[in-house]
Amino acid sequence: MSLLSIENLKTHFFTKAGVVKSVDGVSFELDRGEILGIVGESGSGKSVTGFSIMGLVDPPGRIVEGSIRFDGQELVGMKEPIMRDLRGRRIAMIFQDPMMTLNPVLRVDTQMIEALRAHGPWSDEDARQRCRDVLGQVGIPSPEERLKSYPHQFSGGMRQRVAIAIALLHQPDLIVADEPTTALDVTIQAQILFEIQKLVAENNTAMVWVTHDLAVVAGLADRVAVMYAGRIVEMGTTDQVVNRPMHPYTSGLIGSSPSRNERGSRLTQIRGMAPLPMDLPKGCAFHPRCDNVSKACAIAPEATTPEPDHLVRCHHPLIAGLDRGTAA
Amino acid sequence: MTLPIIELDGVSKRFVKKLDVAERFARRLGANVEEHTVYAVDSVDMAIKPGEVVGLVGESGCGKSTLGRCVAGVHQPSDGTIRYLGKDVTTLRGKEALESRLKVQMIFQDPMSSLNPRLKVAEIISEAPLYHGLIDRSEVDEYVAQTMQRVGLDPSYHQRYPHQFSGGQRQRIGIARALAVQPDFIVCDEAVAALDVSIQAQVLNLFMDLREDLGLTYLFISHDLGVVEHLSDRVMIMYLGRIVETAPTDDLFRAPNHPYTQALLAEAPRLETDRRVYAPIKGEIPSPLNPPKGCHFHPRCPHAMDRCRIEVPALKEIAPGRVSACHLNDG
Repeated sequence: MSLLSIENLKTHFFTKAGVVKSVDGVSFELDRGEILGIVGESGSGKSVTGFSIMGLVDPPGRIVEGSIRFDGQELVGMKEPIMRDLRGRRIAMIFQDPMMTLNPVLRVDTQMIEALRAHGPWSDEDARQRCRDVLGQVGIPSPEERLKSYPHQFSGGMRQRVAIAIALLHQPDLIVADEPTTALDVTIQAQILFEIQKLVAENNTAMVWVTHDLAVVAGLADRVAVMYAGRIVEMGTTDQVVNRPMHPYTSGLIGSSPSRNERGSRLTQIRGMAPLPMDLPKGCAFHPRCDNVSKACAIAPEATTPEPDHLVRCHHPLIAGLDRGTAA
Repeated sequence: MTLPIIELDGVSKRFVKKLDVAERFARRLGANVEEHTVYAVDSVDMAIKPGEVVGLVGESGCGKSTLGRCVAGVHQPSDGTIRYLGKDVTTLRGKEALESRLKVQMIFQDPMSSLNPRLKVAEIISEAPLYHGLIDRSEVDEYVAQTMQRVGLDPSYHQRYPHQFSGGQRQRIGIARALAVQPDFIVCDEAVAALDVSIQAQVLNLFMDLREDLGLTYLFISHDLGVVEHLSDRVMIMYLGRIVETAPTDDLFRAPNHPYTQALLAEAPRLETDRRVYAPIKGEIPSPLNPPKGCHFHPRCPHAMDRCRIEVPALKEIAPGRVSACHLNDG
């Protein structure tokens, strides 16, 4: 049985201006030791999917439908004290901005020990030892000294390592990472990706990696899900999605990456822009920007699997997988 | 040989943090307190030919934006000279000085913080050309419509405010504002970094079209190697205030010379599915407040020798049109 199994998850936000269907029918499964990359542009619902797993959707948002089963337990509708016990201990989250997780006025050791003791008694000595160990694991030099520092005394990359270390304190079964390397420089990003790869392999942790950057996920994830307007429009192994995309949107995304185009040539581009979540087009949400649009697209397409493990939500999937993008 | 449109000669920019009251007092009493000086840009030479696109790549804090701002005239360099079409911009007076400033424009990363939120698009675009007398008040409507069309904005939106546009459109407004004074040279400072991938492709295409239609020259500042590789004719790599390598784009990406360039290229995420084993270079980017002696890169460099810790490597020509600052090239 999968560690995490999400079925028809719908998270909507009930704002004054109307209902925003941020996540609208997302389903996927995740095994131990597996990394799933969720890729999408701003407003596609990728982060809200992550927050829904963590039970961190605040009003006016609410999970209106669907189920999130983690290791056999249903998380949707779970009582807050039980969720609190799971969160941090068995499911952890890493945010884009480490300053969101770190308290700027507390020393790192105070915060780490607090996180440890939130889930059971730890003696001072054991707690410090555990903190030193995880800081070492994420590649922070001289952890003993660094424990006594304040968050502002770390650089951006080091801060993100501390945030990752805190997520690892209880050896969680599942980590939800929301764009953890987006704000970092290339060389620092590579260091973090390197640590993550190592840790996931060592601890057999399952991971959901939310990002807008298909290139980061391509070298890291086992499987990739592409989200558009609250739905997964394509999901498969990384090889399938990156090398043989079937959804015109995925194909357009890959086509608009400069490295997939000859130098100096015009980039293939997806025309128009992402629809407002308040006002999604009827039928397939991508149809106003799609070149293969037909009458059938007025009805929302069901998910199909033209090849094993490769899901696509399109009436006209690019079966040949050779068509790169939609030149506009 | 054509005259470079922009030429930099030993340009440096230092930022000095003045001592506060307590520190000044402590110094009077004989304490060893000194002013903090950051060498954001450390004697940079470059020459950009008309019609060329030069990519400037570096990580945060390397001084690439400061250098771009010096070129665009936002900052005055602390040392060195900047020449526009062969003339030192600081010695120009009157009409010529104005002209040299108008012809060099800048586009910023975040349009929301560089566009006045209380002006309508038409005002944002027409303000500068009106002030400088490039257009008449009677021509404003037509000029604004023309400029908006040029950057792919619907002219009927000219009465809207910046917040009524999406991120990609706002960036187009920033581009329109820069184009409104008919520049030859544009400094793009991370102009596509904040945009979603599909929108980024649209804006990059716009840059390429404008270059062709208007014969523009760009200094394209970015941390994204993919974008720079696609757009530039020549690439300069910057590390802690110094240029460490300059080469034609194809050569640089085929055979990077400087160990830092090699590391950058090796570690940039690529759209390839072979399971990457990341083997990152060690260490952090040092603080520009206290850069390492000798070659700035030596604490992270896998080939560092004793010489690198003492002597600053000079930029030397290693092939026609290619320079690199590394002691390894001395054999």
